[in-house]
Amino acid sequence: MDLFLQTLVSGFLKGGLYALIGMGMTLIMGVMGIINLAHGQIMMVSMYLTYSLFTLLGIDPYLSLFLGAPVIFTLGLLIQQHLLNPLLRVETILPENQVLMTVGIGMVLTEIMRFIFSSDFKSVKTPYSNATIFWGEISFSVPLMIDFAIAVALTAALFFFLVKTDLGRSIRATAQDRTAASLMGVDTERITYITFGIGSALAAAAGTLLMPIFYLYPDMGGPFTRKAFVICILGGLGSTVGAIFGGITLGLAEAFGATYVGMEYEDMIGLVIFLLVLLFLPGGFRWLTKA
Amino acid sequence: MLKTGWLPLLIATALMALLPLFVTNDYYLHLIILTLMWVVIGSAWNLLAGYTGQVSFGDAAFFGCGAYTAGLLTTHLGWSAWWGLALGGITATLIAFPFGWICFRLRGAYFALATLALNEVMRHIATIWESFTQGMVGIMIMQTFISKLPYYYIALALAAGSVALVKLVMASKLGYYFISIREDQDAAESIGVDTHFYKMVSLGIAAALTGVAGALYMNYMGFIDPHVVFSLHDISIMAILVGIVGGVGTIYGPTVGAFIMVLTQEMFRTGAFGYLEAGAKAVDWQWLITATGYVTKAHILVFGVLVVMVIRFMPNGVAGDFPKLFRLFSTGRKTA
Repeated sequence: MDLFLQTLVSGFLKGGLYALIGMGMTLIMGVMGIINLAHGQIMMVSMYLTYSLFTLLGIDPYLSLFLGAPVIFTLGLLIQQHLLNPLLRVETILPENQVLMTVGIGMVLTEIMRFIFSSDFKSVKTPYSNATIFWGEISFSVPLMIDFAIAVALTAALFFFLVKTDLGRSIRATAQDRTAASLMGVDTERITYITFGIGSALAAAAGTLLMPIFYLYPDMGGPFTRKAFVICILGGLGSTVGAIFGGITLGLAEAFGATYVGMEYEDMIGLVIFLLVLLFLPGGFRWLTKA
Repeated sequence: MLKTGWLPLLIATALMALLPLFVTNDYYLHLIILTLMWVVIGSAWNLLAGYTGQVSFGDAAFFGCGAYTAGLLTTHLGWSAWWGLALGGITATLIAFPFGWICFRLRGAYFALATLALNEVMRHIATIWESFTQGMVGIMIMQTFISKLPYYYIALALAAGSVALVKLVMASKLGYYFISIREDQDAAESIGVDTHFYKMVSLGIAAALTGVAGALYMNYMGFIDPHVVFSLHDISIMAILVGIVGGVGTIYGPTVGAFIMVLTQEMFRTGAFGYLEAGAKAVDWQWLITATGYVTKAHILVFGVLVVMVIRFMPNGVAGDFPKLFRLFSTGRKTA
């Protein structure tokens, strides 16, 4: 029973972080209609940023959230403005050209980081990295709990932004119907930059939060990109509420899979769920949220 | 009764067949063998993505299948790995059929993601099922030939064969069905094209060709492991890049793409085949030696930048945007 509860707790906490990663991707998906296969790589860049700030300037990973996210926001903005949007204007045979472009961008980001930091595993050791609180027999990792709280706060902030502010409303309008939104006077071009920026910043935040508990290497982007789109599919592409459910489901599935099926199956479980959802529940958990 | 459209293929094949008379260096032959293998994979990807409009991100699933078929036949049954050339294609198709039957109800990017998942699932299976595939250890076999020439001619035959096959398919009724699916699936359906069936046919042919290429790889390299043949980056993405850079939806695009991609990749990796460094040493330019060192160290980065640039400025590939390129250079000459 303890084992079960322990798995539940750690899966849930990890799921909170996954939700943050998935939300950034699903936002981009909703507005631009493209799957950003460089999402995990953008997260990886943010992790290296956090790492550098920590080792060079001694800035605590949680503080660097405020420094890293704006930088990555700008990076996302520039990527969308100079690399992805121009592709919309040319006539091509494959509509998937933008997706392929994100693959290329991911490759470049990975290699730049490898060039600067080499392929070695890096990690940030903070005094609280291994801190745990016990509640009966069940342990709660302190950094994971802080992460979860920050993830919840960021999610709430995002919702407030999307629902209450003008810019947020424009983003939602663009996601619903791009043509109609532009007819209503929304500068949809500008909205796409900003959305890509916000999506990247969310990935960056997730990366920074992951830093105290996870190790870092240039190739880690790929697996996280895959996780992110599993989350998106689970939640229904383009649904931000769905991404939260998707993230937590993936976190739980991985945790239970690792405990009861075997460690080596951890990644495969996500993929199998992904295929099953894709086939039998194409809308993901969207029916839960009507959004 | 060959139409003129076949002439370029025949001439290119004949020239390539004579090539070993001039190129005797094993290293260059090795590069060309790999390039020819990529022609096969690129053509297969192009048939599915460029002509039928179903972008696959998981060609490595079929490639690895073919390679593992060849390897496992040798290790478990003691057969020659060359049987893999026939059976590898069949196994890849056998994997592709149930997958396509289930996943072709998905469209566009969804299908692309499903193939990506298939790629990853296959890699995990090959890694986890140690009793059968030897897991991470990989499979090693004895190569049949010491000389590279037999491999060269087999690869050339396969490459020419696959380009010819794609050409034949696209000249037939089947090809028009494929294009109709790419252009507008709903419209194709409404005039009675069984889109699900024809997508399966397209996937079947593509998988078979890719599987054969995988079996050739096993025979030629003599060693495979899950990370090499089911690699998302080195195989699946590379297959896409070969198609995109060369030109999507053109017969010779993947061939052009394969040569460009393999050779540029190798050129950056070795610093213009070592000539750059040697030349810099000869004229004693220290900065060039340093620069070469950086390029070879960051060769994948340079390669990635190239990819981004090609998609950004030549979205239809070298073959597709050839008129544009041609104009660019001819006007450039006029102003000069």
